[in-house]
Amino acid sequence: MAQVKYVSATRVYTKDAPPAVDALDLDVKDGEFMVLVGPSGSGKTTALRMLAGLEPLDGGRVEIGDRDVTFVPPKDRDIAMVFQNYALYPQKTVAENMGFALKMQGVHKDERARRVQEAARLLDLDDQLLSRKPKALSGGQRQRVAMGRAIVREPQVFLMDEPLSNLDAKLRVQTRSQIAELQHRLGITTVYVTHDQVEAMTMGHRVAVLSGGKLQQCASPRDLYENPINEFVAGFIGSPSMNLQTVPLTDGGVKLAGTVLPLPGPIAGAAKAAGLSEIVLGIRPEHLHLANGSGELPGDVILVEELGADALLHVRLAAGGDPVVARAEGRRPPALGQHVTFNVQPDDMFGFHPVTGARLAG
Amino acid sequence: MTAMPVRPVTRDPRRFREMSGRAGWGVLAWIVAIAFFIPVLWMVITAFKPESAAETWPPQFIFRPTLAEFRLVFSGWGPFVTHSVIATVGSTILVLLLGIPASYALSVYPVKRWRDGLFFVISTKMLPIVAAIGPLYVIAVHTHLLDSIWLLIILYTAMNLPLAIWMIRSFMLEVPSELLEAARLDGAGRIREITGVIMPIISPGLVSTALICVIFAWNELFLALNLTVTNAATMPMFLISSVPQEGLYIAHLSAAATIASIPVIAVGWIAQRSLVRGLSMGAIK
Repeated sequence: MAQVKYVSATRVYTKDAPPAVDALDLDVKDGEFMVLVGPSGSGKTTALRMLAGLEPLDGGRVEIGDRDVTFVPPKDRDIAMVFQNYALYPQKTVAENMGFALKMQGVHKDERARRVQEAARLLDLDDQLLSRKPKALSGGQRQRVAMGRAIVREPQVFLMDEPLSNLDAKLRVQTRSQIAELQHRLGITTVYVTHDQVEAMTMGHRVAVLSGGKLQQCASPRDLYENPINEFVAGFIGSPSMNLQTVPLTDGGVKLAGTVLPLPGPIAGAAKAAGLSEIVLGIRPEHLHLANGSGELPGDVILVEELGADALLHVRLAAGGDPVVARAEGRRPPALGQHVTFNVQPDDMFGFHPVTGARLAG
Repeated sequence: MTAMPVRPVTRDPRRFREMSGRAGWGVLAWIVAIAFFIPVLWMVITAFKPESAAETWPPQFIFRPTLAEFRLVFSGWGPFVTHSVIATVGSTILVLLLGIPASYALSVYPVKRWRDGLFFVISTKMLPIVAAIGPLYVIAVHTHLLDSIWLLIILYTAMNLPLAIWMIRSFMLEVPSELLEAARLDGAGRIREITGVIMPIISPGLVSTALICVIFAWNELFLALNLTVTNAATMPMFLISSVPQEGLYIAHLSAAATIASIPVIAVGWIAQRSLVRGLSMGAIK
């Protein structure tokens, strides 16, 4: 077990383009489950591959357990990786797949069989599956074999590159909790890449949000949700995502839906200090509270998405602008076309710089 | 459940046209196939004829089959077939031994200027072999390899290697890169990566490559004819020697040709499935 450290690690694919990973600084603690999340092209997979040694660094360094591994070949880094498409050797049986790394290390046959069995038991893989070829397995079983191949090695660090993206929705949720539980039990430092923010929030001890090759914010899921550092993180974390609207500043607040919303002091102060005439106002869907005709923000419902427990209302606010999404109780949501009003607690409002996207005060 | 309307199968004119169209293509395919096969069949039939009945007009379809010509072939083919087997098997093994690492260096782990390398490899096939035979002869004389089986092994290897490299390379490009990365993480070195991961996956491709090398080497005549006499003369040379200066020889030649084509057909038949899989690898994913 070991901690992992990126020190201004940089990867440039093509000279003229911006770096795929731009001076990444990240500390992963010993035994921590770190999730790298971001949209496609954000550099999260490249960052993982740099740690694996599959991608050379154009600057900076990578450390595993205080050892600089920047120029160490993949096999000597004492890591194991689970690939998105599992990358199981098609001609080898499940047992041979899981034991291949041990065989390469020269581990004795009996010891190999013992450790493969142990990993199989850990993952609920039947003994009879061990003699099958990957082709004869279901998607979920293949995923578990790929996990098993990583576990058998007892590495210092697990690397996982979107290991759940090839599973169907139900299995994905199931496997998600299994992996989190397994990681907790084994206590092995894990770096996990995903584009799915729900996966990131539910699995990670800490989540690193990347965009355009740059680390935006690295914090616990709760912290990311409550204190996003900028507009990108605010919009990326949370589902459905935060409503972000550019609104003009007025005396005593901002103008939204034809009314003046009082701004919390810190945001107003920061906006004033920056000399802004408008800000990006962020309100999460769950913080738009339906009020029976007496709310501050009036609008018309243009779409209702029923989710069972709750319903998502797409509302066009009075005085135009992009529609906003509000989370309402599922049992008796307003009907399509209905006129509704919302209340917002000042504490639930976020303000961002319209140009830089940086969080205003807070 | 909704009831499907029952369609009259034969009355539907569109369907009828479709089916008759398909039948038409089938008939055409058969005609072409038979046209290709008849000369071969005729050769085999002729091989069983007595020499006197082999070259008559109109051709005889009813005759008393005889194995006399085959007996004659078997009495004289010994050294020729031995040379052919050695030259074919030897060169094919060498082609694979050299071609697999070469393809690896031109695909999975491309060396610097791999494009130039690839072009150079295929460019060696652009020179007509006739243009090279003079120098080859001189070299063979100086290296004391004239009329030696080693010369044929070397030349057949050189002859087949470019094609083999191009084929194996295209198969290797099909191997998913994640698999190779997984192998690298698992601690496999280059050799292990090739033998343990790549080769099992592209084995149908390797079989078809080997088969094509076998066929080309087995049927090669020009080099054998010009550079060997007795010590390394191959089956195609045996066929030529089956044609005497005078007298009838069609039945004898047919018997020899039938025998000479059996190994290639047999190998092709056995490897049929992997040949089709290998040659169409990449076409389907």
